[in-house]
Amino acid sequence: MDNGAPRFSSVAAGAALELRGVTRLFGALAALTDVTITVRPGERRAVLGSNGAGKTTLFNCVTGDFPPSSGTIRFFGEDITHFPPYERIRRGLRRTYQISALFPGLSVRDNVYLACRGVSRGRFSVLRPGTNDALMHASEALIQAVHLTAVREQRVAELAHGQQRQLEIALALAGAPRFILFDEPAAGLSPTERRELIEILTSLPAHIGYIIIEHDMDVALRVVESVTMMHNGRVFKEGLPHEIEADPEVQELYLGAGHA
Amino acid sequence: MSLVQGTHPQTSQPAKARAILLAWPEFNKPAVWLVAVILLIMPFIANGFFLIEIFATTLILGTIALSLMFLAGYGGMVSLMQLTVAGFAAYMVAVFGMSANTNISLGWPWWLATPMALVLATAFGTLGGALAVRTEGIYTIMITLAIGAAFYYFTNQNWAIFGGHTGINTVATPKFWGVDWRSDIPFYYITLGVAAFCYFAVQYVSRAPFGLALQGVRDNPRRMAALGFNVNAHRVAAYAFAAFIAALGGVLQVWNYRQISPGSVSVGACIDILIIAVVGGISRPVGPFIGALIFVILRTFALDLLVKFGLDGNRFRLLIGLGFLAIVFWSSDGVIGLWERWRRRTAATDARPGGGKPHG
Repeated sequence: MDNGAPRFSSVAAGAALELRGVTRLFGALAALTDVTITVRPGERRAVLGSNGAGKTTLFNCVTGDFPPSSGTIRFFGEDITHFPPYERIRRGLRRTYQISALFPGLSVRDNVYLACRGVSRGRFSVLRPGTNDALMHASEALIQAVHLTAVREQRVAELAHGQQRQLEIALALAGAPRFILFDEPAAGLSPTERRELIEILTSLPAHIGYIIIEHDMDVALRVVESVTMMHNGRVFKEGLPHEIEADPEVQELYLGAGHA
Repeated sequence: MSLVQGTHPQTSQPAKARAILLAWPEFNKPAVWLVAVILLIMPFIANGFFLIEIFATTLILGTIALSLMFLAGYGGMVSLMQLTVAGFAAYMVAVFGMSANTNISLGWPWWLATPMALVLATAFGTLGGALAVRTEGIYTIMITLAIGAAFYYFTNQNWAIFGGHTGINTVATPKFWGVDWRSDIPFYYITLGVAAFCYFAVQYVSRAPFGLALQGVRDNPRRMAALGFNVNAHRVAAYAFAAFIAALGGVLQVWNYRQISPGSVSVGACIDILIIAVVGGISRPVGPFIGALIFVILRTFALDLLVKFGLDGNRFRLLIGLGFLAIVFWSSDGVIGLWERWRRRTAATDARPGGGKPHG
């Protein structure tokens, strides 16, 4: 792999997402300490860890919701450490939120349409979309993909929790995502809805990689090929799902404590 | 800029009509047509006093309040400087146009002075917005109020441009094609045309990408950024759009009174615009016009009414204040909110089989 590219390390040249020494402080509290993670394009990875392990903070640093205090973040080779969130999104990064972050006053279709519009041109257009608008068609397709066609005219505030979680995923799939961060997408879902979620995740195009934060091991280990275990804001262990599951230290820390 | 350009081939006449109805679902409502017809034939019903003092004034104040409705209702930004932007446009019309203050006015014809005033006032409102979007909630209110107050005191003390506390008087109004456009009936139609233009512009933009994105910014700015939107740029653009509407209202206002003085841009007047928008309701563009009509009627007739009851006529603001309190107390969305609640209730009664009264 080492072909002498001067500006990137051999790993970084092919990485979808590369974090190097990322630290995030909240006052004196270090939510993340010296986190280094590399994810290949198309790779699907779970991030595990107890509450306060720094999982969501990791996502916030990658999307720019809170920039890191130090360290660098590269997205497909480009240094995005100091980019505002919208610039990262326009480059193909997406995320969902642990607590649904939707637009309750707007309809399902308007929510998805905004997501499609946000990653294309014409964000400031003052012309209403016509019936042949390409983004309208894209929105309809996304709504169908997450099984919300029946409620597409409803205001989001009126949706059931499970439907809101599905909409949350639809927003992250808009445009041409290259890498997605899923923050506990299964939280509060019924067993049926969980199966649907697994189906949506496993049927994503192969070139789209993701990181998923998930407490439910049944969901997490079925949709990923690698696992990063975090503890107290640090990377504790990395490996294949069965290795992590079988690791006695991990069991003691996480599985034993949370899922006894 | 836009991807929305139509690429479909020639469509037949009915299909075109359907397309227009799709783009403008508002035209499907009979109530809209009824109001439009009444407003159009108003000069044949109302005398000059009603036409100008009530209806034209309502339309002007409604237009200025509409700019606040756009910012607050769709963008979640309560700007108290919308009247200041309007007043700035009014001053610019007087400064660049013709007036009795020949030492100040540059004497440009109205068709040059008016666009100049609109451009400058829009720039003024956009700059104020660029300051205000750095803050949220109550701080936005404070910053915009500060801009309004600063402008008021500045006009009071600046004699070279703003004519000090006496302002600029006998401002020339447009006369062309042999028509004095400030005489009652033509002026009514001008205000109606401008108000209708602004109303439909706001209504239309609210369903266009820019307006939808603004509502997204209102509901969840952080998520908007995570969808690829530059939230602050959107907010500033909203201020620019609103400033242009307010500026149009300001131009009409200076033509209406033919003078502009600091009293017209006082802090009290800024707050009147807030009251008008809130009383009418800020969820839909029609709200500010309803609020303006109530405000103007109260302002015009409450004085006589109070005197009739043997009270001090100058207390008419007390009535406005009480009305404001009552409406805000009973409805979180002004008169529109009351109206919608009433309609929902009657609809629920009608839908019940047998149409009987509900049991408790």
